[in-house]
Amino acid sequence: MATENLVYERPEAFTEMPTHYCPGCTHGVAHRLVAEVLEEMGVVNKTIGVAPVGCAVFAYNYFDTDFVEAPHGRAPAMATGIKRVLPDRVVFTYQGDGDLASIGMGEIVHAAARGENITVIFINNANYGMTGGQMAPTTLPGMKTTSSPNGRDVETQGYPIKMSEMLSTLEGTGYCVRRSLHDPKNIRLAKKAIRTAFETQVRGLGFAMVELLSTCPTNWGMTPVNSLKFVEEHMIPAFPLGDYKISDAIKQIKI
Amino acid sequence: MPKELWKGNEAIAEAAVRAGLEAYFGYPITPQTEILEFLSRRMPELGRSFVQAESELGAINMVYGAACTGVRVMSSSSSPGVSLMMEGLSYIAGTEIPAVLVNVMRGGPGLGNIAPAQSDYNQAVRGGGHGDYPRIVLAPASVQEAIDLMGLSFDLAEKYRMITMVILDGSVGQMMEPAEMPALKEIHRKGFDWATDGAMNRERRILSSIYLNPYDEEKTNLRLLKRWKDVQASEVRYKEYFLEDAKYIVIGFGTAGRVALSAVREARAQGIKVGLLRPITVSPFPHEVLDQLTGQAEAILVTEMNMGQMLDDVLLTVRGRVPVEFYGRPGGVVPFHDEILNEIHRLTSGTLAVRTDPRESWLTRMTAAS
Ligand SMILES: Cc1ncc(C[n+]2csc(CCOP(=O)(O)OP(=O)(O)O)c2C)c(N)n1
Ligand code: SF4
Ligand SMILES: [Mg+2]
Repeated sequence: MATENLVYERPEAFTEMPTHYCPGCTHGVAHRLVAEVLEEMGVVNKTIGVAPVGCAVFAYNYFDTDFVEAPHGRAPAMATGIKRVLPDRVVFTYQGDGDLASIGMGEIVHAAARGENITVIFINNANYGMTGGQMAPTTLPGMKTTSSPNGRDVETQGYPIKMSEMLSTLEGTGYCVRRSLHDPKNIRLAKKAIRTAFETQVRGLGFAMVELLSTCPTNWGMTPVNSLKFVEEHMIPAFPLGDYKISDAIKQIKI
Repeated sequence: MPKELWKGNEAIAEAAVRAGLEAYFGYPITPQTEILEFLSRRMPELGRSFVQAESELGAINMVYGAACTGVRVMSSSSSPGVSLMMEGLSYIAGTEIPAVLVNVMRGGPGLGNIAPAQSDYNQAVRGGGHGDYPRIVLAPASVQEAIDLMGLSFDLAEKYRMITMVILDGSVGQMMEPAEMPALKEIHRKGFDWATDGAMNRERRILSSIYLNPYDEEKTNLRLLKRWKDVQASEVRYKEYFLEDAKYIVIGFGTAGRVALSAVREARAQGIKVGLLRPITVSPFPHEVLDQLTGQAEAILVTEMNMGQMLDDVLLTVRGRVPVEFYGRPGGVVPFHDEILNEIHRLTSGTLAVRTDPRESWLTRMTAAS
């Protein structure tokens, strides 16, 4: 008779609150990875999270750490305020693409330029999930959303913004990579990147961001499985995975 | 401490430092940039935080973040910059955490000019940001008073977990006056039981302004109002000059009040029974004392460096019992004391009537004069 093995349990850094995310949404996966990393690093009781405005607005309900809730796009500024007065705490923001790449563009660019020692988890799901699937700065050319019903027309609605590429040009950025959450192998790679992004912070090596290509089955109008395929087939070509910036000091980090 | 010569803006900055300011976040704008410049040198010298933010939006949200940890934090700006900060102010109010914001007001609307004005009274006192929230607003009329009010602003913000704004016009910010600074206090963090400073050896905490359930939001609104009632009961501050036997009352805050004082002194020398009420807390407004003064007054003159904003608070208290006249210089113009003296003479003419809107006759006189 086979003995039972515990293969999955709630990380300590999670509360017992069931999430409000739609079935198949990768926000939940990203949350879990962050929680596991905080727990593995033993920093849960000195972490302060900054929640965004977007589907992750209630992130503070799920992480068992201190949390604040920022105005739309302003999480990097709030995180700056917290980290500057409490430099020995671990401070992270968790932001969507509307939050970070549209309304909060100024805050994220300047937090990176200043080399703020914060960790940013950036969920790129190519739309504004929370408000019902409008076009985001990351929406793919031709992609239909509720505010680009005929597909994003780059002539009038512009082109997707590639945040990792942009932020990697700044001196203050220590670590900036793009990963995807569409299959187990990539999820493992994403976790390693999240770990490195937090290690960057505790070592004081500058601004760290992990961009995660994510799904929004509800607003994409797809099953969870087809959403994962969409990420692989359409998002990755537009937002290539890779290490956009890893400073020499960070390359030395062994995890 | 002996008196030294201080420039208003730098005095405000140093007074905040002495009151235990741990972090300052700001963005340059005339006529308050000296606060930012002064602190860019002073804060690092003391090992405290200073960040020149990318915008006033960035600055106020850095204030918001730092305020969540329970330290003394402030920003300063001038009118157009304060408009940008309104989002943050509303969130700070909704989160019920203390923060201090200084507005060295200039002529507006729009880009306006950089001359001294009091045009943001309504924005400061009645809201500006979205939602229903009270805030404390202090209005110094001299460099010394600005110094004294900085310490008070932090105490009040912490006591009531509320935004305290200090509003002054560019002339107080720019002028040099002899003033006495309090001693530099050592920082001791108070360990507030609401602060999100990392959940070491305690339950975790959340700070947010979200109340998805309308009944919870309503409760929050009522809690804020109840706290505001305490502020109104305990924190009203004003200065009275020659009021005991006054039949004519002049009311003005900040620089307008200061100019009015010279006019009142001169009128007294001419034998006119006139006095001055200068609100220091324009929010909470000194309604009670004004109510009493209305009982003894034959007429009241409100003078401001705007188009009549505090005037509405006066009208609310006076409720048509005696004539209220208005004299304002908006747009960045500072009135001369003889202009106000003329207005005091008008008060004593005995021909004034109670009017719904005292701005009307003022506007007629202003347009006729120009
Ligand atoms: C100042 C302001 N503007 C607009 C909104 C409305 N709003 C809420 S969430 C959101 C979009 C969030 O999209 P994203 O950041 O991509 O997060 P997602 O829901 O996709 O995870 C918007 C526009 C708001 N709350 N505040
Ligand atoms: S709307 Fe989209 S992003 Fe938001 S929880 Fe649902 S699937 Fe996830
Ligand atoms: Mg999104």
